[in-house]
Amino acid sequence: MPSRTTAGKRAGTPYAFLAPALILFAAFLAAPIVYAGYLSLRKVKVSGLGLGARSRTEIWAGLDNYVRSLTDPDFLPSVYRVGAYGLIVVPTMLGLALLFALLLDANRTREAIGKFARISIFLPYAVPAVVASLLWGFLYLPRVSPINDAIEALGLTAPNLLSTDLTLWAVANIAVWGGTGFNMIVIYTALRAVPTSLYESARIDGASELAIAWRIKIPIVMPSLVMTFVFSLIATLQVFAEPMTLRPLANTISTTWTPLMKVYRDAFARNDLYAAAATSVIIALATFVLSFGFLKLVGRRAFNQED
Amino acid sequence: MTTTLKRSPIATTLLLLGAAYCLLPVLWVLIASSKSAGELFSTFTLAPSTHLFDNLVDLAAYRDGLYWRWMGNTVVYAGVGAAVSTLISAMAGYALAKFEFRGKSAVFNIILAGVLVPGVILAIPQYLLLAKLGMTNTYWAVLLPSFISPYGIYLARIFAAASVPTEILEASRIDGSGEWRTFGTVVLPMMRTGLVTVFLFQFVAIWNNFMLPYIMLGDDKLYPITVGLNGLLNQGSNMPSMYTSVVTGALVSIVPLIALFLTLQRYWQVDLAAGGVKA
Repeated sequence: MPSRTTAGKRAGTPYAFLAPALILFAAFLAAPIVYAGYLSLRKVKVSGLGLGARSRTEIWAGLDNYVRSLTDPDFLPSVYRVGAYGLIVVPTMLGLALLFALLLDANRTREAIGKFARISIFLPYAVPAVVASLLWGFLYLPRVSPINDAIEALGLTAPNLLSTDLTLWAVANIAVWGGTGFNMIVIYTALRAVPTSLYESARIDGASELAIAWRIKIPIVMPSLVMTFVFSLIATLQVFAEPMTLRPLANTISTTWTPLMKVYRDAFARNDLYAAAATSVIIALATFVLSFGFLKLVGRRAFNQED
Repeated sequence: MTTTLKRSPIATTLLLLGAAYCLLPVLWVLIASSKSAGELFSTFTLAPSTHLFDNLVDLAAYRDGLYWRWMGNTVVYAGVGAAVSTLISAMAGYALAKFEFRGKSAVFNIILAGVLVPGVILAIPQYLLLAKLGMTNTYWAVLLPSFISPYGIYLARIFAAASVPTEILEASRIDGSGEWRTFGTVVLPMMRTGLVTVFLFQFVAIWNNFMLPYIMLGDDKLYPITVGLNGLLNQGSNMPSMYTSVVTGALVSIVPLIALFLTLQRYWQVDLAAGGVKA
């Protein structure tokens, strides 16, 4: 039987277990968010000729940085670009992931091919975005691309995937390639949790596999689809590594090709931390509004809170 | 039951097409690594050559083995970062699942919100805060931010709730075992399967990360492989002979992670929404 003293000791236990996580959370998540918000409202005032230590002072800027960020001629094009990119990547990636998961599930008994396909499609998750962009970047080069060879063998002119019109699709393909397998595994795992007996009566009633997929399986994996959608959305709006890696291979990618690249340029190439902070707050807010808005729209809580 | 399953050739074809699409770049890098600099852009793309060993020697010789240092750094960042993060997540997840205390739901909701925080808003202030502490351009600049993973805590809480029976904790307490000893000898072993998953998630996230080390590090001796290869590719645009090293480096860099994936496959069967592992 626990005495009062051990019970008293135990009251502090959960806090002790939580302490490292909470300290790190405060230092590397909460504090940076607050600091970014603070920086976005500050600016440097240069007095005199701007020489000497005292001539540059930081003052409150109000919403100046936000106005500057939103009216920057490079900003809106980068937002539209990422919007179009997201409209290509997220539905294609999740559509393929769902399709492959359903096919794997319907093929449950066909072990060898299913296993080979599952591992192959999941494999790109092990390839960092930088390396994936590097591999595809070379494959896009007209001199290297086997697809171009094939198209030219048919007597047609192969498109240059790194031209202005097609770069967006070239980058989107890298993201789809890298992300489909992981999402497929998540959806497939949810499908496998369903006992096959659930489908059997539907089969006996003569329902086709397609009808079973549409009426039973997809509703069952809906929570997984919602989660993968939210995670994909957040990742998509922050696209950075892919275009940064393709830049040396494709002169069609500017330094402000995506909003995050603009944040990087403002902060580190132009030393304008205030504009960079304002832009990153805008992107973060937009991401939050979109992901929470989506979760509201589908009427689900973000994560299951009960066990 | 198996007889009622339709084995449609269309399904098999689609799966194999998907597999081919996913394997194409991997197959290409395997073949391209065997080509000399002259052959890379001249011979047929999918025709292998015989220079793989020469390319590996060149890669290893690049600036006194800088490439291997990048690989070593990546193993340190991902290995240490994921190990510490998993332990911290396990402790926090266990506390949230198995104890009643004031502020519990507030803590949990804050951590849930953390899962949805986009990294973009963190990068610059993290850099500035670490710069104030004089820690940018050190191993710590990459390690410290990767120790905290709200998603890891979220998963660990579900694993603790599902795999640690309260009666066993009570029995251990009645036996006079201290809370930390109980955690180390009873709770951690029970959560093992789930914690491997948390570790793998964080390991891959750190291994694949580009923006954080790209911003934090200036000294190329501290680079992880992603930032190193990005730099090599940039040099290649002025010095095309570098391209064989870039391609060979890309191949070597994905070998360890692919090996890790194939051996630990079952731990990836995660139900993201429910959090359960089907092991």
